[in-house]
Amino acid sequence: MLHSAPLHLSGQSGLGKSTLVNTLFKSQVSRKSSGWNREEKIPKTVEIKAIGHVIEEGGVKMKLTVIDTPGFGDQINNENCWEPIEKYINEQYEKFLKEEVNIARKKRIPDTRVHCCLYFISPTGHSLRPLDLEFMKHLSKVVNIIPVIAKADTMTLEEKTEFKQRVRKELEVNGIEFYPQKEFDEDLEDKTENDKIRQESMPFAVVGSDKEYQVNGKRILGRKTPWGVIEVENLNHCEFALLRDFVIRTHLQDLKEVTHNIHYETYRAKRLNDNGGLPPVTTETEENHESNL
Amino acid sequence: MGQPRIQEPWGSSPGCQRCITGSRLGWFGHKEPRIWGTLHGTDSSTDLPTRGLSVPAGQRKCPASGEAQGLAETRPRMETLCGEQRTLLGDKEYVGFATLPNQLHRKSVKKGFDFTLMVAGESGLGKSTLIDSLFLTDLYKDRTLLDAQARIPQTLVIERRAVELEEGGVRVKLTVVDTPGFGDAVDNADCWGSIVDYIDQQFEQFFRDESGLNRKNITDGRVHCCLYFLSPFGHGLRPLDVAFLRAVQHKVNIVPVIGRADALTPREVGAMKEKIRQELEENAISIYQFPDCDSDEDEEFKAQDAELKRSIPFAVVGSNDIVRETKEKAFRGRTYPWGAVEVENPAHCDFLKLRTMLVRTHMHDLKEVTQEIHYENYRAQCIQSLSRVGARDRASRMKLSRQSATELPLLPLETEKLIREKDEELRRMQEMLQKMQAQMQQSQGEQSDAL
Repeated sequence: MLHSAPLHLSGQSGLGKSTLVNTLFKSQVSRKSSGWNREEKIPKTVEIKAIGHVIEEGGVKMKLTVIDTPGFGDQINNENCWEPIEKYINEQYEKFLKEEVNIARKKRIPDTRVHCCLYFISPTGHSLRPLDLEFMKHLSKVVNIIPVIAKADTMTLEEKTEFKQRVRKELEVNGIEFYPQKEFDEDLEDKTENDKIRQESMPFAVVGSDKEYQVNGKRILGRKTPWGVIEVENLNHCEFALLRDFVIRTHLQDLKEVTHNIHYETYRAKRLNDNGGLPPVTTETEENHESNL
Repeated sequence: MGQPRIQEPWGSSPGCQRCITGSRLGWFGHKEPRIWGTLHGTDSSTDLPTRGLSVPAGQRKCPASGEAQGLAETRPRMETLCGEQRTLLGDKEYVGFATLPNQLHRKSVKKGFDFTLMVAGESGLGKSTLIDSLFLTDLYKDRTLLDAQARIPQTLVIERRAVELEEGGVRVKLTVVDTPGFGDAVDNADCWGSIVDYIDQQFEQFFRDESGLNRKNITDGRVHCCLYFLSPFGHGLRPLDVAFLRAVQHKVNIVPVIGRADALTPREVGAMKEKIRQELEENAISIYQFPDCDSDEDEEFKAQDAELKRSIPFAVVGSNDIVRETKEKAFRGRTYPWGAVEVENPAHCDFLKLRTMLVRTHMHDLKEVTQEIHYENYRAQCIQSLSRVGARDRASRMKLSRQSATELPLLPLETEKLIREKDEELRRMQEMLQKMQAQMQQSQGEQSDAL
């Protein structure tokens, strides 16, 4: 059975998005991860790059699509730089919707909808930037956003805790609901578990690395600096393991469900409303209809 | 009293500084000092040795560091004779102007020094921490950080913080010009405009003071150096960096610095520096250039100087917290679960290099370049536009002065007004003189008539 899960990464360039995805793959499964080509120049407009990987573990195959957004937030004027991303997400919903209302629709509709968006926050130690707020405000309405503090090896433990508190407070004050959203907790068990994650661990402070070093006789992923080796999977060093478990091991299915039941339904309802309660009819379906006759 | 540094008043290259005794000590530690000559006829107020003997470095104190082994860089340029030679010639060949550096030094120390440093860059790159670490102050202890919501409507403000530092009897009035809010907004178009205006305003103020009647107590508010912080999280220069640097490169000495360098491994630091140097060249941005060492310096000194030049931009980490647990000796640094970064360890970051360059060797050179190049450029531009205005005025007296003002956006309106006022005054005085002359002639005429 092939699961598919698009994962979307957003944030300014240089925050380690590509490295983190590599780390996610390497730390989990066989060494079949592909290398990413780092962009040499900052692109002029925000680009959307989608790359698909098929990974396997314990007989379960998963098609993971990672969507990167180089160029986000890098220009001098970043007004509306989230629009291409919002447009892309809506396009995927549109595609799915068209397939759904198709007369001769496929048994298994290829799901290219974005299930999760990892937003990378720059570890300034001060607070969120206005750009971060704007992006998350606009996109938390259409996709599950998981805020992540990137390159967290530049903050000491106290700075990390303080920064996280400030970020959480700011998100709350601005009414930004990040995943797991409070309103979608189904039962008490979910609620307590998610509350704990929401109030203590998130946003996850991560460090990514695709290089291995020898520490205490074991080969581990990490970053080697003159003052020590930062172990990526060591919970004392950073929260990468928490993020990985959260996204892939425990909440993957939930992410897909929330996307399908809530975000997609919101989009569908809006589209139907705009169309006067009728499903959108396009030339594509008419052609299919004609060919079927 | 320690022996502070003075600038050679004659002949030497800019940036050449020496201790009063003329001895030379190494960059990062002390060497065997070589006394090139001592000054006879010292007075009791300054502790200068009266013989040309080498004094062990331990006994000498360098004012900038306050440590017994001075870390002062000195490049002696002793044109006068050295001690032994002088005693051979005897007193008849010795006039005594070799004490001039001594006198100059005393006057300078009494007057005190001033230095204006601007820090610019996005927030969160460790600017304030670095300033506090560099000068061992707590200028930024009481500031409050704004959250993102509060930052949205804010335009760029320029903040000035002044502190008087003293070390070994030498007083320095340090002014730090901060630019909070730079690059923080969603739309950062022309956010550097107010910074450029500020620099120009300081030049203009100095220009007016210099051309004024009372020039005794001019306060020099010109910016001597701009530390521009680049983000360690990027892939080189960002469009905003390029735009800002282009706007200020000909107005102030730019020293680019990579902030929060503990986010990078040594290899990443090297790659980033290379990239930045390349991009600076591609965009034709002129940053502050270190003056070359004199050719007769020894090899070690030249090697250290070359290494310093290779390390630009400096990758720095700042901290004023003292770490005591890990090593026997307490040091300033940042502790992480995986180790501790030492701020003053050259293998960890370039903090020492930056401090050496900024404070111990090139502080005066930065001021000189500001005075001789940037300020002169501004002044030349100003005067050129003034003379254009003057010529036009003379050509068309009937025209409204407002017109000429709008044609020259370069010229600040106030200077123009001042010049015009002075012109008016001169004219009035001339008329008065003419009247008086006429009166005198009349009275003379009457007198001669009467006679």
